[in-house]
This record gives sequence, structure tokens and C-alpha cells, in this order.
Amino acid sequence: MKVLFFASLRERLQCDQEEWADTTDITSPQDIINRLVKRGEPWESALQSGKVLVSINQEMAQLNSHVKAGDEIAFFPPVTGG
Amino acid sequence: MIRIQEADFNVQDELDSFRKDCPKIGAICSFTGLVREFGDRTDLTGMFLEHYPGMTEKALQKIIDQAYKRWPINQVSVIHRVGKLNLSDQIVFVGVSSAHREASFAACEFIMDYLKVEAPFWKKELTASSETWVEEKSTDQQRAERWQDNPEP
Repeated sequence: MKVLFFASLRERLQCDQEEWADTTDITSPQDIINRLVKRGEPWESALQSGKVLVSINQEMAQLNSHVKAGDEIAFFPPVTGG
Repeated sequence: MIRIQEADFNVQDELDSFRKDCPKIGAICSFTGLVREFGDRTDLTGMFLEHYPGMTEKALQKIIDQAYKRWPINQVSVIHRVGKLNLSDQIVFVGVSSAHREASFAACEFIMDYLKVEAPFWKKELTASSETWVEEKSTDQQRAERWQDNPEP
């Protein structure tokens, strides 16, 4: 499973992507967040600010959507293009 | 046609491409977005545009597909620049052609409104001494939602 971070979230976490081999307890993006916040700061405050959007395989998704091994999950702040 | 690029674009060239080999179109509407000074900040020197390669193209295609379903339009072009941009630089181009003007006017605005809230781009404002990520605007969300209240053009 590939986990990506973009924009302000990427900078706050100082991490643009991780590759996860062990995804046995992961069935949703929320499970990924739960695992990440256990690392403490800055993960805890950055991912629990309530302004984090998620995509699964490059499609907008919800925190309770279903994910499986091999998926590409991205977390990012609200978009501001145009 | 969707293009994500660092390079600038020429609006006239894009408009000319709509007319080529297409005698049935009677209207082209386009929107060009620029880097501008922000509110009370006059010290802005430019912007940095980040995106999510792969998802950006998919998200834009989805918006364009919806526009084709809603209006009798002939052709759509979306160009969005990424990377470092200076004040007054062109950021985004949306162009739509159709037989009659109503469809291209509406579709152009629809595509731009949804691009603002669904395409994964992020802007960072640059000044000589700072970098600040731009926050989303609730008015952008309202503009997009307006199209749901008016399903028929």
C-alpha cells in the first residue's frame, strides 16, 4: 500500500510518501490515520485537524471508504487551484 | 484536451485551435486565471503551484465529462500551470466551443467552478520573506454547489 501526502500536510509531516507492506489491520483511510497518529507529533495534530481530504487510487474518497493492499491512498488539505 | 505544465500558454493559439477543421462551431468561451495581489497583501512576489500528478488529470476529465453530459458542447480545453509563477502570470485556461453561445458560456463557468473545488492543486503565496499556503474559500464551495441546485442549464 502506498500512502502519499501533499502540500501543507507534506511539509508539516516532512514526508511525501511511504510504502506499507504490513496492511493486515487496515481496511479504511481512517485506519491509516489511526496508525499514523500513534507516532505522536507532528502526525497527531496534522492529521486530526479536521481539514484532511483523502483519495483512493486517485479518486476522491471518504475516511470510511474501503481500502485494500496495493491501493494508493493520499491525504491532503482542501484544494486551492485555479 | 487537458494539459498540466510549467510553461506559459498563448490564449490566441488555443482559441485558434478550436476553429480548425470545425465549421459547425459558432461560439468559443474562455476563461484565463492570473496570479494577482492578494487582498491587503501588497508584498506578494509570486505563487508556487503544487499538484497530484495522475489524479489531477483524472479529476479534470471527470469534470469535463460532466460538462459534455449537461450541454451540447463541441470541444473543451483545460490548461493548468504548476511550479513557480510571478505576479500577473497566467495560471489557468478553460476554453469551450459550441454551436451556440449559451452552452459554451455555461460549460466554461461550470468547469472552472468545479476545478476550484475538486482538482488537486494547491497554491502557496510567496513574499520576499515568507511562504504561506492559501486556505480554501467557502465562496468557491458555494459557487460549485450552485450547479447542483440548478441541474438543468
